[in-house]
Amino acid sequence: MSERLHIDWTACRGRGLCTELLPEMLDLDEWGYPLPRQGLSVPRALSNPARQAVGLCPRQALRLQTEAAS
Amino acid sequence: MTMTAVGTPGLLTEHDDGPVRLSHDPRRLLILADEAGLTGRGGAGFPTYRKLAAVAAGVERPVVIGNGAEGEPASGKDRALLTRAPHLVLDGLVLAAEAVGAEKVYLYVPADIAPALRERAATRAPRVTVVEAPDTFISGEESAVISRIEGRAALPRDKRRLVVESGVRGAPTLVQNVETLAHLALLARYGPSWFRSRGTPQEPGTFLATLSGAVRAPGVYEAPYGVPLGELVNLAGGPSADLQAVLVGGYHGAWLPARAEVPVSRAGLRQYGASPGAGVVVALPASACGLVESARIAGYLARQTAGQCGPCVNGLPRLADTLIQLARRDRDTRLPGEVERLLRLVAGRGACHHPDGTVRFVRSSMATFAPEVRMHLAGYCTAEGASDV
Ligand SMILES: Cc1cc2nc3c(=O)[nH]c(=O)nc-3n(C[C@H](O)[C@H](O)[C@H](O)COP(=O)(O)O)c2cc1C
Ligand code: SF4
Ligand code: SF4
Repeated sequence: MSERLHIDWTACRGRGLCTELLPEMLDLDEWGYPLPRQGLSVPRALSNPARQAVGLCPRQALRLQTEAAS
Repeated sequence: MTMTAVGTPGLLTEHDDGPVRLSHDPRRLLILADEAGLTGRGGAGFPTYRKLAAVAAGVERPVVIGNGAEGEPASGKDRALLTRAPHLVLDGLVLAAEAVGAEKVYLYVPADIAPALRERAATRAPRVTVVEAPDTFISGEESAVISRIEGRAALPRDKRRLVVESGVRGAPTLVQNVETLAHLALLARYGPSWFRSRGTPQEPGTFLATLSGAVRAPGVYEAPYGVPLGELVNLAGGPSADLQAVLVGGYHGAWLPARAEVPVSRAGLRQYGASPGAGVVVALPASACGLVESARIAGYLARQTAGQCGPCVNGLPRLADTLIQLARRDRDTRLPGEVERLLRLVAGRGACHHPDGTVRFVRSSMATFAPEVRMHLAGYCTAEGASDV
């Protein structure tokens, strides 16, 4: 079952940790918000940093979902 | 606005044969909706049967909401329906509520028409609670509707879970456009073959169109899906000037060239990146500048962000400003590239589809008015009466 990163845009305030923890997946846009490089599917190899990002986001704006549920 | 009823029975004809009942088996409505191929008239065109079935399958008692917010400035059809044929909307609401076994039923409408509807709803069982929708573009977005029903501000929410699974206070929730509900009421009365006798086999039935701009008789008209654009414009008295383009689907819709033969259906409009949406058609006269008009609408859309999501709050105003520069004939050849870059930056990055609808609209502006873009970049404007922004 593949995983997908969900961003709650109403909660995210930008300039956070997620882009540092997941640079392979997330770039920073010009306003400081996470910008998915290629969609939000989480490659297996990034499962751990993705989990870390979810746990460390100060706004609890990130969730991991199973692909089917999204 | 004027209104006509095309054929009978129609959505805006003033028949009232009393409430319809499918009393022995309320769930039959699901079968009728499926057989008729009824789709939502609120903009997205989602199959109504699938929403009914999803909500009915929930464990908790569902909530049903009739959505008459109609935040779209160029649309008047929900208001026309709620004032001309409120009984159809209430019938459909009650039928849908019975079909899914709802515990609570709401009708969400603009404040000025709420009192009359409250009075009418009082004579109905089950009880229908009328809730006032604020006058904003996004107040009718389904999660904003749910927030408002819960007593909070009408702002969209993050949709980690689907509304049909978890809406009002966590209950499975059916949000249905009021026109969709009126179609359900007629469907219960006249059946799926009657419903399918108009429209196309793939897109059966009729829809309410709101025509405005350069037409002789702006107003709300009922027409079958697939109606040629020229015929639809003729329902509104025909064009009042030479037309250069039409905006179909409203401010989240798309511009296309004013070609009379284009069928107004999802299939017919797909090649223009457009869809009938909630039935809005705005006719742009040849004398107007499409870029000025597009910049005006983009500015409106930017001011209507709900102020919650970073990319929408920051990106939409930037997009609108760039279009205004184009409309003003700033001779900066980087502007079209900047528009495209911003479109990519905001697409899909919000809690609701406001950024995506705006992207669709702006992309169609750039495509339909591509010759004007070239002229403007050279400092000229093709429109006769072009005024500055
Ligand atoms: C920004 C935005 C505004 C919307 N406004 C309305 C509205 O005013 N009325 C409406 O019925 N649907 C509106 N919608 C669509 C609703 O979210 C929802 O899809 C619709 O009410 C479902 O009803 P239907 O399936 O009968 O079309 C809006 C959607 C968006 C993204
Ligand atoms: S860490 Fe959380 S709040 Fe910060 S930018 Fe990432 S998602 Fe947004
Ligand atoms: S995407 Fe824009 S309009 Fe939608 S909730 Fe976020 S800020 Fe509001």
